[in-house]
Amino acid sequence: MLGKTAGGIFWMFRYLERSENTARLVDAGFRIALTRSATAEKEWESVVATAGVRDSYVERHGQFEASAVIDFLLRDRTNPSSVLSVIAQARDNGRMVRTALTREVWEAVNECWMTLNEVLSRPVRDRDLPAVLAAIRQQSALVRGALHGTMLRNEIFDFARLGTFLERADNTARILDVKYYVLLPSLSLVGSTMDNVQWETILRSVSAYQSYRWVTRGDPNPRDIAHFLILDRRLPRSLAFCYAKISNNLGYLEADHGTRPQSHTMADARFHSFQNKPIDAILDEGLHEFLSGFIADNQALGAQIERDYRFHE
Amino acid sequence: MSEGAAKHFDEMTGRGDGVRSPYFAYRSWFEAEDPARLKHKAAEAETFFRRMGITFNVYGEADATERLIPFDVVPRIISGREWARLSRGIEQRVTAINAFLHDLYHRQEILRAGRIPVELIAQNDAFLPQMIGVKPPGGVYTHIVGTDLVRTGENDFYVLEDNARTPSGVSYMLENRETMLHMFPELFSSVAVQPVSTYPRNLRRSLAACAPANRANGTPTIAVLTPGIHNSAYYEHAFLADQMGAELVEGHDLQVVDGRVAMRTTRGYQPIDVIYRRVDDDFLDPLNFNPSSMLGVPGILDVYRAGNITIANAPGTGIADDKAIYSYMPEIVEFYTGEKAILKNVPTWRCSEKDALAHVLDNLDQLVVKEVHGSGGYGMLVGPAASKKEIAAFRKKLEARPGNYIAQPTLSLSTVPILTKAGLAPRHVDLRPFVLVSPNGIKITPGGLTRVALKKGSLVVNSSQGGGTKDTWVLDE
Repeated sequence: MLGKTAGGIFWMFRYLERSENTARLVDAGFRIALTRSATAEKEWESVVATAGVRDSYVERHGQFEASAVIDFLLRDRTNPSSVLSVIAQARDNGRMVRTALTREVWEAVNECWMTLNEVLSRPVRDRDLPAVLAAIRQQSALVRGALHGTMLRNEIFDFARLGTFLERADNTARILDVKYYVLLPSLSLVGSTMDNVQWETILRSVSAYQSYRWVTRGDPNPRDIAHFLILDRRLPRSLAFCYAKISNNLGYLEADHGTRPQSHTMADARFHSFQNKPIDAILDEGLHEFLSGFIADNQALGAQIERDYRFHE
Repeated sequence: MSEGAAKHFDEMTGRGDGVRSPYFAYRSWFEAEDPARLKHKAAEAETFFRRMGITFNVYGEADATERLIPFDVVPRIISGREWARLSRGIEQRVTAINAFLHDLYHRQEILRAGRIPVELIAQNDAFLPQMIGVKPPGGVYTHIVGTDLVRTGENDFYVLEDNARTPSGVSYMLENRETMLHMFPELFSSVAVQPVSTYPRNLRRSLAACAPANRANGTPTIAVLTPGIHNSAYYEHAFLADQMGAELVEGHDLQVVDGRVAMRTTRGYQPIDVIYRRVDDDFLDPLNFNPSSMLGVPGILDVYRAGNITIANAPGTGIADDKAIYSYMPEIVEFYTGEKAILKNVPTWRCSEKDALAHVLDNLDQLVVKEVHGSGGYGMLVGPAASKKEIAAFRKKLEARPGNYIAQPTLSLSTVPILTKAGLAPRHVDLRPFVLVSPNGIKITPGGLTRVALKKGSLVVNSSQGGGTKDTWVLDE
């Protein structure tokens, strides 16, 4: 397949994943702000930081106020990561790689774009927010469903999955990194009060609130949450799960192409460095250091995949 | 223009109140239909097109929103007998065009014979000196032609334009039929309509048959070259590549590698054999043509001249559908086929000629005046529909550059009914059948794209100017 097409698919699925993650972040932020109005501004700030758009937000709005943050993350076209922006990008990419998509996938992404353009055509009122966020998640799920149900399992599919899991791993790592202080075993270090609401937010941000209860007994505690989101291979948003998938998909490409470029070595090295590590060791070495190292390596891996598979000239 | 019922030939009712035979079956179906259901179907068609993303961008519009070409649910119906005659005429004309192009770029017999003025070719931007002496693989210049036809009476068809460069619209021919099959399956079981769905397969075969003899791949690798997703016809480029199983490439995906045109794949550069290009000659090769073009492939013309790639249509075919050449088509057909042209040419005044210009200036309110190199219905004057002010403004442009214009009488175009709120209403139409040329012969898909002026009385059918489309049926008789 064309390098440009591989890149178009890869980014199309990164963008779709991002729209879903942003919706989830806003959802979690909205909940915590409702229940704890005293610290609402701080919570919205961490939502914006997790979305990786803190600087551009501050430049535009200054204060971290609910309606401004929600509008910036969902609708603002000057924010390249807003849901409206990434959905338009995903659909443009879909048009560009139209010949690599089944009719079902193309129609799903086109419909996703039409629906969300409509839903997000006006500022979202608080009372409509839950329905809007549900629509974003649902549209993204419909595209994923069409992908799984109709696409050949060939390199096109592999690039779609690589984009999905690189983006997802980045997102989970950022959520953890922005909130890492609430997970530290020794709270006195950062002087914050740990509480259930903070944990809940983290778990909701990765749609793992329910599944955490299914796999653990007793009260939630920071060590178990860190373990769950970093190392548990049953959780589809954990770092270990994402890297197992990345490793699989690169493996399929290797079998298909008969070559093993640099990116494969990088992905495997990254995966080996943490997959069998006890969570205590990661916490001892420093959670923030681990996460920022992970985010940087994950970014470098994405860039190497782009070079190895000739996405650009 | 007034819209007297007797003035125009209506393809459903003729010149009276009856029903012409090709429409018998449809008309009785229509009369039994609930009008409310039909209106509902018309709205459904629009949703269908939007969901499929069958949209286009309009050049020069400030807001970049995508638009739909309006689709009318009443088919345009042509009898098998009418079609047989039309096809013979088109085949003859397309054969002549290919012979003409070969001649122009080789011995130029037609110029030596004095049948066409030499300066008309020599001073024409559409004539590419780089193509002189070049033999296109398979000997074909115009692989794909979209001959624009209009009808004025029971047996009167005229060729309006030959569209021998990169004719568009075939995706609408195919999607319009799909839409009709989807909405009115019962109609197709009672009326025998010749299928159009074989077009993409025939296009692939026809392009493959023109692959270079010393091609790089056993089964020729075919790519559709598009200017990109912002081009107004991008939907069609993607559609055709998808339907043919060809690669859809842009200029920056291609590079000349070891004397071949190659595309950048995830496994490195791989040679291709046939390019169905949807970019104009001028943008094809920045080394050989417009140096600022970002849409083409540097050096592709050199690969072409070495016989290592097929470019469809060949560079330089624009000279054959030039509006100044058009007026010579009857001579061209006769010169190369030895027969009288079956399809008529619209009488044309070449404003470069002094007497013709005088006549045109005296009769601007009666004539259609077009730019020689224009397309898409832009920059033209429809005299009978224009205001005095518009005519005066156009007169100035014409006097300043007469060589830039040709003029034709306003033809009394046939009408076909469309579905309006008030029921059926006649609207003017044209027809663009799609023709494929390969060393194995000429194939014309039965039907084509019917464009319809949706405004009452309007003669402008271009989609950029408010025109719509219809499904076109050729009956299987």
